[in-house]
Amino acid sequence: MKKNRKLGRGVAIVGAGMSKFGMFRDKDSKDLFADAFRELIVSVDKGFDPKDVDALYLGNFSNDYFMHQAHWGPIISDLVGIAPKPATRTEGACASSALAFREGVFAIASGFYDMVLVGGVEEMSKRTTEEVAEGLALATVPYEGRAGFTFPGVFGAVATAYFAKYGAHREHLMNITIKSHNNAPLNPKAQFPVTIADLMNKKKESLQKREGAAPDWQTEKDFLADARANPVVAWPMHLFDCCPISDGASCMLLVAEEIARNFTDDPIFVAGLGQGSGRGFHASDDLTYFEATRYAAREAYGMSGLTPDDIQFSEVHDCFSIAELVHVEDLGFFKPGQGYKAIADGATRLDGIKPINTSGGLKCKGHPVGATGISQLYEVWTQLRGLAGARQVPAGDLRIGAAHNLGGTGGTCTFTILERK
Amino acid sequence: MEEKSFSDITYEQYLKEEKLMGSRCTECEAAYVPPRSICVQCFSSDMEWVEMKGTGRLAAFTCITIAPPFMIAQGYNRKNPYISGVVELEEGGRVDARIEGLDPNKPEDIKVGMPLKVKYLHTEVGDKEETFLAFEPL
Repeated sequence: MKKNRKLGRGVAIVGAGMSKFGMFRDKDSKDLFADAFRELIVSVDKGFDPKDVDALYLGNFSNDYFMHQAHWGPIISDLVGIAPKPATRTEGACASSALAFREGVFAIASGFYDMVLVGGVEEMSKRTTEEVAEGLALATVPYEGRAGFTFPGVFGAVATAYFAKYGAHREHLMNITIKSHNNAPLNPKAQFPVTIADLMNKKKESLQKREGAAPDWQTEKDFLADARANPVVAWPMHLFDCCPISDGASCMLLVAEEIARNFTDDPIFVAGLGQGSGRGFHASDDLTYFEATRYAAREAYGMSGLTPDDIQFSEVHDCFSIAELVHVEDLGFFKPGQGYKAIADGATRLDGIKPINTSGGLKCKGHPVGATGISQLYEVWTQLRGLAGARQVPAGDLRIGAAHNLGGTGGTCTFTILERK
Repeated sequence: MEEKSFSDITYEQYLKEEKLMGSRCTECEAAYVPPRSICVQCFSSDMEWVEMKGTGRLAAFTCITIAPPFMIAQGYNRKNPYISGVVELEEGGRVDARIEGLDPNKPEDIKVGMPLKVKYLHTEVGDKEETFLAFEPL
């Protein structure tokens, strides 16, 4: 009988911040983290003294490769003025800062620290697209690379296996893209705050002006089905199935539960934590799900005593459209093979029964890989506190939200459940 | 018994000799392709080599237009895409491989489940000759 894991003592989030995500020629990793940290400072309702922070855990995947600069822990602890307090970097590919969050939680739960800063940062846009692709491919498993697989390629292959098993097709993935693009304009931090409908109409206008004729796109799906507007990257993954190249930073202030109300009357608590590791796509039991995600979900549900039905909304790692589809099944929100039908029925829209990626997701909010995990938790924290403005989940009385983060081709997956008491 | 280590390096050397080789645990008979040096069923390190027949079925695939640098060096690009896939071997187990003999510009015609046989691609990459595992329709 598996034992449900528990924290040694409760841990609360009392502040959070994130930079705008995007491609910034005039900002580096330090500038972006400073933006996130400035927001965190003012987010702590009753204030805090940064000198009381006991330690920093920082997620960063590969600034070594992207910026030829490694060892970001002390650079950031110096930036925010907590050096010589310890700084530790965590690496789990695109899940790097979800690991920083976990380590920060464990450090407080063990009783060793009372207040920990956790964060993530990545700076990718100063490299060419080919260089970024090569840098990200460092996180595939060796056999995938030898066979010519790219990141979009592995997820494209997941899609063909899913389509063959369950009878879904490309149009079902378009529902995910359209939904994410509908949420993004409501998020001031998003890299692509524009709907597919607006993109389509702008493109029509510009083609009309330039060539004297516009394509006959009637719906968003006509636009997405046209290879001129939405070229293939790794079939069936097309441009609008893929997240962008981004720069950004995110951070959170964690404290022991017993002192949480010294900082805010509205702390958000860690209810469940899960992390799993994967064996490589080819070696999975089944090619239509991610074992590491399922393991992480079991751990987090077991620890929290909650079930998938209790999760009122979730951020889900949508590096590619198919990833969001298989993960909403892996996390138990929908039965295997049923996710694409529920999505087509609007279940994951902002006003649906299970809103997914209210932030716009990696697809539209952006994906500065090392910053993504904590930026997802930032969205959950913002929603639970009712501060999400135009994109606030309309259901009201939000108590429980979650975030799922994936690294590599499923090598590192986390699922984190947050609760407002 | 061969003395070759049950490693990725040996796996690649066998591909050069046009052999698709896996390892089998002599204690519990669990088989692994690519090879493992430690059995993850019974944790024995007493392994032997087994040669695969080289037949199987397509389990998943993708047609890649945005290629990584080492594939671009082999002449692949947006106008000349290629296919990567996962192949379920007749003996069980799956391998990542290139897929040849099918049109990457017509992905709708490529069917998950179609039978395949092994093919070894001996290719110049820079000044080195490399061998890549591939499969093609039976």
